[in-house]
Amino acid sequence: MDTTTNAGQLLAAASGGERRWGDRIFSNLSVAAGVTILALLAGVALFLLIEALPAVSASAERLPGGKTLVDYIAPLAFGTVLAATIAVVLAVPLAVAVALFISHIAPPRIVLALGFMVDLLAAIPSIVYGLWGIFVLGPAAVGPMEWLEAKLGFIPLFQGPASATGRTMLVAGLVLTVMILPIVSAVAREVFVQTPRKLQEGALALGATRWEMIKMTVLPFGKSSIISGAMLGLGRALGETMAVTIILSVSGVVSFNLISQSNPSTIAANIALDFPESSGLAVNTLIASGLVLFAITLVTNLIARAIISRQNIQ
Amino acid sequence: MAAPQETPALFAAPTGGPVWRRRTVNRAMTVVIAGAFALAMLPLLSLLFEVAKRGIPGLSVEFFTESARGAIGGGGAAHAIVGTLVITGVAAAISVPIGIMAAIYLTEYGGKSRLRRALTFFVDVMTGIPSIVAGLFAFALFSLIFGPGIRLGVMGSVALSVLMIPIVIRSSEEVLKIVPNQLREASAALGTPKWRTITKVVLPTAFAGLITGVMIALARIIGETAPLLVTTGVVDSINSNPFDGRMQNLAVYAYSEYRTPGVMKEASYDRAWAAALTLIAIVMILNVVARLIYRRFKTEIR
Repeated sequence: MDTTTNAGQLLAAASGGERRWGDRIFSNLSVAAGVTILALLAGVALFLLIEALPAVSASAERLPGGKTLVDYIAPLAFGTVLAATIAVVLAVPLAVAVALFISHIAPPRIVLALGFMVDLLAAIPSIVYGLWGIFVLGPAAVGPMEWLEAKLGFIPLFQGPASATGRTMLVAGLVLTVMILPIVSAVAREVFVQTPRKLQEGALALGATRWEMIKMTVLPFGKSSIISGAMLGLGRALGETMAVTIILSVSGVVSFNLISQSNPSTIAANIALDFPESSGLAVNTLIASGLVLFAITLVTNLIARAIISRQNIQ
Repeated sequence: MAAPQETPALFAAPTGGPVWRRRTVNRAMTVVIAGAFALAMLPLLSLLFEVAKRGIPGLSVEFFTESARGAIGGGGAAHAIVGTLVITGVAAAISVPIGIMAAIYLTEYGGKSRLRRALTFFVDVMTGIPSIVAGLFAFALFSLIFGPGIRLGVMGSVALSVLMIPIVIRSSEEVLKIVPNQLREASAALGTPKWRTITKVVLPTAFAGLITGVMIALARIIGETAPLLVTTGVVDSINSNPFDGRMQNLAVYAYSEYRTPGVMKEASYDRAWAAALTLIAIVMILNVVARLIYRRFKTEIR
């Protein structure tokens, strides 16, 4: 009885003004937060555009290096895509294996710990990856790169001459590989574990070995998640700044040679290197290149998200 | 009794080939996958080992208590630590209320509205913004208002907020979703206004989970370098006012110690590694504590 009266009193009190005003204010606040976020995103595009415009309209002589904006950004965009491509090509098979190992092969007891290790890989700041790349991986890669030049030098990628410091596109790409591995494997793993039990057990019941079961059920089921994970990883790799800034020795060339001392720079690394000492139109030029990077990563991510949402509907 | 005769055909169906070969392939692939996992973890182990080995020599009382002001090729990182705390603190003060309110909108008010769908979509897009672009945005915004060449701590906070908000929304949304609906219904049945239900029932239930999300987001942004390089600049002395001039932070400190080493190169590199070690320690502590809190939250909610 007691509770009924309480509820009745509450109802009576609640139908008063406090309820309406409180609800209205609170729901408006939450809508305002949502709108703020959309405005923020629009602001990112808008303010970059405003600050990039002076560089777009300026004549070539007034821009850094006396080049037109397109000539300035194109080699950087090339380097950006090259480094990111190396990373994705190396990271995807590795990430699929990591995801499969955690979802289907490792004993269930250690799955949590393994997941934590992969997450840790994602949590390490990029500046630390950069330092590790230049002081540890780079020097360690000099020998193998000389070997690549000697044995596979006929392939343009390994033409050489091999760098003596390890500050090459290949090493930068390897560090990016490690950095995007967690995101690619996380996306793949999330879907791998959702493979319908019926399919998996059906395959095993038909006498398939574990690998055959994975090949026939898990991988086809997770195919689009591998693709979307790869796209998300590509987006990360395109925008990654500090590791590339520190590792790569740049000379502005356009070359597919992955192991030499002269490499194309990337958009992000170029901004990080030049921005602190730039002023005037040079700043606008760098922001224009940032806008290009924003556009490239945006398209990449949109494609990834489109694949993910299509797969969710199915 | 006809069925068993057909089983051999079914057994062979998966790939064909003799059983011994299929077993060998299975074993080989298991080894390959496990090996790939080990290969992928190798960099993590090497990195943690090297950072510990090279970072410890640079750690000293001086590193944590003194700035680099006036110290020729020496000094500590106190200014960077102060800067890191202030910049990340302000970023959190911006991101946490906006992020959690937006998550409340998504789970409690959004329904099937267009704003909700747009928000869900664009938050995903926002998680993909490169950190350097977030930095350029903050620079563009402030330089339009205060003129070019402006460098402030709060600019860095704004840049970091662009990176932090989507992470906070994502994690808060997940947590608010798993708050049992019975709690909301029970509260509503008592005639409680919706906003009181949210502030007195939903948020307290989800509190531990929300804290976890915020800590993970903090761990993600506290090591950012690129967006701060273009917004807060590099400086040698302690500055704790985010609205007054340049401000150093640990990641940028590590970068500048590496990039422009002092007279004693090795000492500078030692300090860069010490800063890297400090950063990793902070990130790991944040992650581990966040996980412990989350485990507690999950058992409480069940």
